[in-house]
Amino acid sequence: MKILLVGNPNVGKSVVFNRLTGANVIVANYPGTTVEFTAGKVRVDGQRVEIIDVPGTYSLEPTCKAEEVAVTMLDGMTDEDVLVNIVDATNLERSLNLTLELIKRRKPMVVALNFWDETKHTGVKIDVAKLEVLIGVSCVPLVAITGTGIKTLVEHVASARISSYQFDDAERWHEIGKIVSSVQQIMHRHHSLRDRLEDASVRPLSGALIAGVVLLGMFEAIRWIGEGLIAHVCSPVFERLWVPVVLKLSGALGGTGFLHGLLIGKLVDGKISFSESFGLLTTGLYVPLGAVLPYVFAFYLVLSILEDTGYLPRLAVLADTVMHRLGLHGMAIIPMLLGLGCNVPGALSARIMESRKERFIAATLMAIAVPCMAQISMIIGLAGNYGARALVPVFVSLLLVWLVLGRILHRTVKGESPEILLDVPPYRIPYWPGLAKKVGMRMVWFLREAVPWVLVGVLLVNFLYEFKIIAVAGNVAAPVVTGVLGLPREAVGGLVIGFLRKDVAVGMLAPLHLSLRQMIVASVVLAMYFPCVATFVVLAKELGAAGLLRATAIMLGSALIVGATLNAVLRMIVG
Amino acid sequence: MKSQIRLAAMSSEQEGVVVQVLGGLGVTRRLDVLGIRPGARLKVTSRSPLRGPVTVRIGNAQIALGFGMASKVLVDVEGEGSG
Repeated sequence: MKILLVGNPNVGKSVVFNRLTGANVIVANYPGTTVEFTAGKVRVDGQRVEIIDVPGTYSLEPTCKAEEVAVTMLDGMTDEDVLVNIVDATNLERSLNLTLELIKRRKPMVVALNFWDETKHTGVKIDVAKLEVLIGVSCVPLVAITGTGIKTLVEHVASARISSYQFDDAERWHEIGKIVSSVQQIMHRHHSLRDRLEDASVRPLSGALIAGVVLLGMFEAIRWIGEGLIAHVCSPVFERLWVPVVLKLSGALGGTGFLHGLLIGKLVDGKISFSESFGLLTTGLYVPLGAVLPYVFAFYLVLSILEDTGYLPRLAVLADTVMHRLGLHGMAIIPMLLGLGCNVPGALSARIMESRKERFIAATLMAIAVPCMAQISMIIGLAGNYGARALVPVFVSLLLVWLVLGRILHRTVKGESPEILLDVPPYRIPYWPGLAKKVGMRMVWFLREAVPWVLVGVLLVNFLYEFKIIAVAGNVAAPVVTGVLGLPREAVGGLVIGFLRKDVAVGMLAPLHLSLRQMIVASVVLAMYFPCVATFVVLAKELGAAGLLRATAIMLGSALIVGATLNAVLRMIVG
Repeated sequence: MKSQIRLAAMSSEQEGVVVQVLGGLGVTRRLDVLGIRPGARLKVTSRSPLRGPVTVRIGNAQIALGFGMASKVLVDVEGEGSG
């Protein structure tokens, strides 16, 4: 026996899933597609049963890939399997379309009426007993977020039955109309504060104002949490606990030699400098764990809150006004925001866009103009005393690149750019355990992807220096790097390592003591010219060889043009 | 007085009943499952400048749709309309 959780998007399916399964959950890609689903175990009648969270769908006549996957999963059901249809009780009519399609599948089924608590203040009254009689399956009122009704739902799963409800499929909406008018009463409702806030956040003027406040608050929160963690957790741990260990090892290795250089790096004034020593055990561990991880954690925490409260779709609606001019639509805000955390999930999530053209533009723009949190946190560290004087030009330049390049790509890339069509869910309080689990999974994912590459990067830096390859590359690239971009010759090392990890690359610029102009140019060029190797691999898979080649050419070309322009302009302003 | 106008031409806060979706099968079906189908009563909650998206409320749901799609939805509105 298997349980399949089926329902429209935004009906709280994953909260129900989290409630039922607890800790041991796996996320998997459905074979042959790029659509993710989750599976876990639940105890029904003393037996451990597999439960699958089927991707949300409005209908079994699929209009997108996620819906195709949902249909394929239903096609693969055996007769013992049970359908649990999660329904939005505040949107009964729309939800019943899928319910009636599921009934036609003739499988044991239970309907859960989620958001039952919200029906009261939205003025909806549903006669559950009557609904059960009409559609011929058990219906359980549910408040997934508090857990009310979960136990009853599980009990009903054990005794789920096949509905004997007969209707003409061509007359489905007519049937739904009949059901709804006989079981549902709509009471007069006052416009609540929540309604007003929901409307205000999608209106152009008030919406832009709210978005400004939310985004500003988001970045302040990320900075506050990130800095706080570094000051009170990461730095003390590294300085007090790790430094003595490394110093002891340094002494044991004799304080010099090849192995010492590899593991510990060079000592600065006889001491270990986590930003400048560049050994595997010093800089190699400090960059991902001490400098970057706190910001990545803060970012994913804040982003997940925006996601789970329902603000993200509203941001997408607002962003659409700009984005549909870049050949994208508002939902492309998702790859862009995720890319701010780490470009790899950003590139992966370009899949949510419907057309090839949109996927290409979204992935390319994200890889070029959206720096990841690892890079941002290192740039903030590098800017140091210059503060906003260095940071504002960097991020404004990247934003301009994003807008101008997007416009150019929209004009030149062939293909369709479908419009936005989006269900905007109401504002809701997040389900905190589910949110914590999501942040946890994203952190594990970051550590697994990032730490190995940082170590490889630091290792390579040491080899490249040891065998004087950086010096040779510096000579070869000098005309471009010093002439066109106005950077010191040693910055070539950073640009080479930027292929592996952007944070390590920015870290390599720290000992060069760059001027304000050089710092701005280097930060922008490093962000643009090439994605890190992990992102590159994902882009190769998502765009194909030809698409990747095209994206790479665009990256190198635009990085050179923007870097040269910035260098020329800044030379006039700051010297 | 009743008149029929395109959803894209409706003003913010204006209410109406969908008469017809003048699009291909794909668009019609995608709008249909979200509740935008003949007979549905809707209210425009926001319009964006520069042919940006339109958001509507249908029952307790809020839907955002692009300007082009909104131009394909024919709506019966009460009172003054621009035809």
